[in-house]
Amino acid sequence: MTTSFDPAVLVLEDGTRYAGFGFGARGVVFGELVFATGMTGYQETLTDPSYAGQIVMMTAPHIGNTGMNDADMESRRIWVSGFVVRDPSRVVSNFRAERSLTDDLVRDEIVGISSLDTRAVTRHIRDKGAMRAGIFSGAEYATSAAEQLARVKDVPDMAGQNLSDRVSTEKAYVVEATTERVGSVAILDLGVKKSTVAYIAERGFDAHVVPQSITAPAVLALGVDALFFSNGPGDPAASDAHVELLREVLKSGMPFFGICFGNQLLGRALGFGTYKLPFGHRGINQPVLDKRSGRVEITSQNHGFAVDAPIDTVIESPEGFGRVEVSHYSLNDHVVEGLRCLDIDAFSVQYHPEAAAGPHDSMYLFDQFRDMVLASRKGAKN
Amino acid sequence: MPRREDISSVLVIGSGPIVIGQACEFDYSGTQACRVLRAEGIRVILVNSNPATIMTDPDFADATYIEPITPEAIEAIIAKERPDAVLPTLGGQTALNAAIALHEAGILEKYNVELIGAKVEAIRKGEDRLLFKNLVLDAGADVARSFVAHTLDEAQGFAIQLGYPVVVRPSFTMGGLGSGFAYNEEDLNRIVQQGLQESPTTEVLLEESILGWKEYELELMRDTADNTVVVCSIENVDPVGVHTGDSITVAPALTLTDPEYQNLRNIGIEIIRLVGVDTGGCNIQFAVHPDTGRVIVIEMNPRVSRSSALASKATGFPIAKIAAKLAIGYRLDEIPNDITKVTPASFEPTLDYVVVKVPRFAFEKFPSADSSLTTTMKSVGEAMAIGRNYATALQKALRSLEKRGSSFHWGDEDRSAAQLLEISRTPTDGRIVTLQQALRKGASAADAFEATKIDPWFIDQIVLINEIAETVASAPSLDVHTLRVAKMHGFSDVQIAQLRGLTEPEVRALRHENSVRPVYKTVDTCAGEFPALTPYHYSSYDQETEVAPSDKQKVVIIGSGPNRIGQGVEFDYSCVHASFALHDAGYETVMVNCNPETVSTDYDTSDRLYFEPLTLEDVLEVIHAEQASGTVVGVIVQLGGQTALGLAAGLKAEGIPILGTTPEAIDLAEERGAFSRILDEAGLLAPKNGTATDVDSAVRIAEEIGYPVLVRPSFVLGGRGMEIVFDTAGIRDYFERIGGQAIVGPDQPLLVDRFLDDAIEIDVDALYDGETLYIGGVMEHIEQAGVHSGDSACTLPPVTLSSADVDRVRTATLAIAKGVGVQGLLNVQFAIGAGVLYVLEANPRASRTVPFVSKALGIPLAKAASRIMMGTTVAELIAEGLLPAQDGSRVPTDSPISVKEAVLPFKRFRTPSGQIVDAILGPEMKSTGEVMGIDRDFPRAFAKSQVAAFGALPTSGTAFVSVSDRDKRAIVLPVLRLTQLGFDIVATSGTAEMLARHGIPVRVVAKFNERSGQDTIVELIARNEVDLVINTPSGRSAMADGYEIRTAAVLGDKPLFTSMAQVSAAVASIDVSREGMTVTSLQEYQRRRDEQRGAAV
Repeated sequence: MTTSFDPAVLVLEDGTRYAGFGFGARGVVFGELVFATGMTGYQETLTDPSYAGQIVMMTAPHIGNTGMNDADMESRRIWVSGFVVRDPSRVVSNFRAERSLTDDLVRDEIVGISSLDTRAVTRHIRDKGAMRAGIFSGAEYATSAAEQLARVKDVPDMAGQNLSDRVSTEKAYVVEATTERVGSVAILDLGVKKSTVAYIAERGFDAHVVPQSITAPAVLALGVDALFFSNGPGDPAASDAHVELLREVLKSGMPFFGICFGNQLLGRALGFGTYKLPFGHRGINQPVLDKRSGRVEITSQNHGFAVDAPIDTVIESPEGFGRVEVSHYSLNDHVVEGLRCLDIDAFSVQYHPEAAAGPHDSMYLFDQFRDMVLASRKGAKN
Repeated sequence: MPRREDISSVLVIGSGPIVIGQACEFDYSGTQACRVLRAEGIRVILVNSNPATIMTDPDFADATYIEPITPEAIEAIIAKERPDAVLPTLGGQTALNAAIALHEAGILEKYNVELIGAKVEAIRKGEDRLLFKNLVLDAGADVARSFVAHTLDEAQGFAIQLGYPVVVRPSFTMGGLGSGFAYNEEDLNRIVQQGLQESPTTEVLLEESILGWKEYELELMRDTADNTVVVCSIENVDPVGVHTGDSITVAPALTLTDPEYQNLRNIGIEIIRLVGVDTGGCNIQFAVHPDTGRVIVIEMNPRVSRSSALASKATGFPIAKIAAKLAIGYRLDEIPNDITKVTPASFEPTLDYVVVKVPRFAFEKFPSADSSLTTTMKSVGEAMAIGRNYATALQKALRSLEKRGSSFHWGDEDRSAAQLLEISRTPTDGRIVTLQQALRKGASAADAFEATKIDPWFIDQIVLINEIAETVASAPSLDVHTLRVAKMHGFSDVQIAQLRGLTEPEVRALRHENSVRPVYKTVDTCAGEFPALTPYHYSSYDQETEVAPSDKQKVVIIGSGPNRIGQGVEFDYSCVHASFALHDAGYETVMVNCNPETVSTDYDTSDRLYFEPLTLEDVLEVIHAEQASGTVVGVIVQLGGQTALGLAAGLKAEGIPILGTTPEAIDLAEERGAFSRILDEAGLLAPKNGTATDVDSAVRIAEEIGYPVLVRPSFVLGGRGMEIVFDTAGIRDYFERIGGQAIVGPDQPLLVDRFLDDAIEIDVDALYDGETLYIGGVMEHIEQAGVHSGDSACTLPPVTLSSADVDRVRTATLAIAKGVGVQGLLNVQFAIGAGVLYVLEANPRASRTVPFVSKALGIPLAKAASRIMMGTTVAELIAEGLLPAQDGSRVPTDSPISVKEAVLPFKRFRTPSGQIVDAILGPEMKSTGEVMGIDRDFPRAFAKSQVAAFGALPTSGTAFVSVSDRDKRAIVLPVLRLTQLGFDIVATSGTAEMLARHGIPVRVVAKFNERSGQDTIVELIARNEVDLVINTPSGRSAMADGYEIRTAAVLGDKPLFTSMAQVSAAVASIDVSREGMTVTSLQEYQRRRDEQRGAAV
């Protein structure tokens, strides 16, 4: 019931220091500092594997009010490396709550910091870009500022990192279709969320969740109707193996759908480059234009990298997969938010149709995926 | 789709007078709409009967009609202006109802005018209970079990099926008027009868009780491409059972997980689609069961609402502005976000702060009213505060109410935790403070939840605040850490002083010595993700400030805080105009205010906006921040009513320059002795008077100057505590009644004046620059002296004063302006009795009538005043063309007449036994708003004012007459005229006898308390057999006699006249009303004035 007042400090690689209080586990933690602007859904954010390796700061001030529950876990554990909030809740108030946020942070040994000027931190990152940072609390707080900064600077940069093996399942498993079965899909677990698997299963597919280390022949040997690439952490430029796997599968004619990291990998497979955004898109209020329908979707996003492709013209895939168009782009900054292949059965989006947390505006993409797979199968029979 | 090319002119319908449930939030939304449409090159025609609004300023529309919002008047406007479209979604329920009436009367079709913003079908689906219920079920959501009843019998049957308590909601009323909880059959009969009467469709909805559920609201917008965004979620701290307008509310929602929030969002989007709102906004209210999460949709409004104004201020997303753009065809993604400029409006704002709104009540004005909060809205205003956490926002909001006892405190509390908890079971004004005291006295959080059903998270926040208070109180010394912790939880210096046994200045000094000062953050719609280009700030005890440096000369304008009776939109009008005028004159204007309903708190109005409480501490810190980023020339306090004026001395003491009239001069006008000397020197008379500090001195003075006397506490606005007292017993009774309010004491003497019976009261608004007096207008009250000027109808120009009277008034006003040392605005109230001119009071500040005068005569008083405060002279303003050469003291005889009429809230308030409160006017102001009628002569203007305020005057039917002996002579001629016009007359025995002797056919009815076997007048009125009520009381006891008659008239919506002056005016108006209505825009009147002036040159 009480707020702790033991000192902690957030140290940025440019030497900026923000004083606060210890929160969650005590100790030291490092990672890329990013901010997330959602006002609901801290539990989904914490348990989203895409945040592995990152210190996540929530811009919404009150965090923890509704506690934690099993149903809203997006994976088996909390993945953020550190957690920064302004006003952690002292009590839990929600009829579905099973534990407090602090309980879970301590259980998963997540070091956090609270009661600092989070808006100042956000503005700093917005102006200077995402950067490496460290949280020091407990005994670590007492170390010298110079030593703390040196340790932050030792942390590897997010650019160039492949983190897939840290978050992926080690063993394949199957989630059976939860409605009338229409087929099966291989889901490459690059950090997949529970909701994504559930929505695919809900569309009548048996979901074969496979480790990120799987090979193309092994995927094709599964006898599935389609391949899906999930979201996940890391720099897409460092994932050559996944790109190669995707190219091989696409050449086989198997339909493909990708989300987030999966969108970046499709971009690369088609022959486009990727680049790091200055401070990324992390929020559940991001407007995206669906170019074909002319409609705006309010989307859930969490990406620090993006595909480099022209948003206004149809282009030929440099890797020989036919014509490709950018299907969706961000209305905030015109970043590519979706790719659609016009000559093969493949599409992907940079944002999260499974939401969790976030609006459900883009659920239609799972239907679109289902329709594409069914149409492709029909076409193959004829 | 870009803007529609087929719309080149739009008629915008305003919301009419400020009433409970529909306040100046619609001035804010309407003003935004007008600005947007004009910026799009569209010709804007506006109709609104409320002269106090900013939207009715001639600058905001191409043709501004201050006319009644009735189908007749609007048809006349449409016939004249032939607009392409009518936009009714920004003028509240009034405008929406007017649009439906226009549609039903075939007027829209007749003139080929399109309804934009919402289709008739959508309006019906949103407002018709049964249609809406089916629609919610279609959306896959749930509703409370309910039945629609058209008769009392039906209602009784349904209530038994549902089980008590049941909720009763009349269809098509605003602000929940007429709705309530029935706990038993007696309640049911009363509420249903009333509700059937209030509902234009004579139907009420009976509903299963969802008392104690969590309550939420979503504000949504949708465009023609089916793009829908949720602008804001709002959570009510008070659970279901208290009208959302009377609840403490917080944005964003704080106790929902993402799946629960997304569920509400999905339901909301589906409903807005099914209702068919596709070019605007709507708000939807939900109830969520705290233990099961079951969601019930309570209601939706297919228009901009009070909550949308709050949501706009809370998020920085201008709902009304966007709604106006959607109405003319734009899509959300084609509209840029105002604040970031680079991102589109098709997104959902995200907040990195917490917003709390608290309601402001006026129960002290209606002592007999039941002050428990129900589903009928009773608050008259609201304050909003922004903080980086809930505790801060809540504490700031509570102190923004400017009401004794509204903030959390840690002083003596004699009641036990159990007693306090018991009290807090019933929602009332100030319950949250009672709850805080209960927790402080040892009640557990669980007990507090059980008693109030307020979510445990919000209760814990009060526990937290109490714990911090304990930390502050028990700290060995008030060190930096303790100060910071207190400040990070929203504690004011006053609260810290109380906890430490210090004074506010001592805490301030200590805080400044330790550099514990707030920084200012920005409301930016996006939690810092994109740079904000709009300086809309709030304070926070954080690390980094966002106030940008500026090399311009700055002027800080202090607003008027939450609306209350006596201080409303009129003062916001003056503040906004000052801001515009000074911006145009090259200054950087800095607005400080805490009222989310206003135009002044629109981030578009001033160069910089600080959304902050108007306490000395908060204002000083804003000024400090502005001084740190540039040069502050001074502060304007004379436009924001008593709120701003009350800060003058404190600001001055801290070395802040006050612009215009000095604080010393302000005191001079308020302090009786000093003011008397000014009058003496000028050879002016005041009614015999004295000042008292206690009951004995009051009795002594009253007996010395003779009864009746007018008693009035000093330093109050709106005639708070002001009464006419007829005898010594009355004085003693008065002191007993005001005892608890601490408005009279050694520092706040009671003014006791001889009351002038039968005098004409005159109001003057004037400008003075130290040399030249410029009269804005001389207003003649229609009611006799003794009715508060804010409640009295008045006419401009005066219709019975001679030019010699006006000259005397002018000379007297000049003498007072000079004597007091006014620089800026001055309002003086005079009375002429038996040919003698008396000075009643003088206020060296903007008055309530400034906007009325400005519109009636086309003189921009507030703009001119702000320039005079900066040192420009009247002569220079005339030369510049801002002021007309001829001031308002002389008005050509062929000029139009403007009549201002007050609108009263009596129907809103019931005694605990369900009776309506007395509808009698007195020296204490009770009206919430006003209307204006303008036409070529007084009867026509008065008729319009009555239509606008109360609905049309009857042109035939039955008139009831009962007058005091004093008025018996004067009543004969007006009643004779009524019979000539075809009215039947009924009267009580005394009046009837006198009328009969004058040859007037009259039927006698019994008084309410006469047991004669015949019908009483109250029964006649209740049976709808009377169309007009004339009842003039005299003396205190006689006033009581007429109570039932007057309440019956108010309840039955019958025109009620309680003074002879009103009666004469009304009869003349009934005479001319038969000719039909002609309408003229302010711009046309101005053109005629310009022509006259041109001709005169």
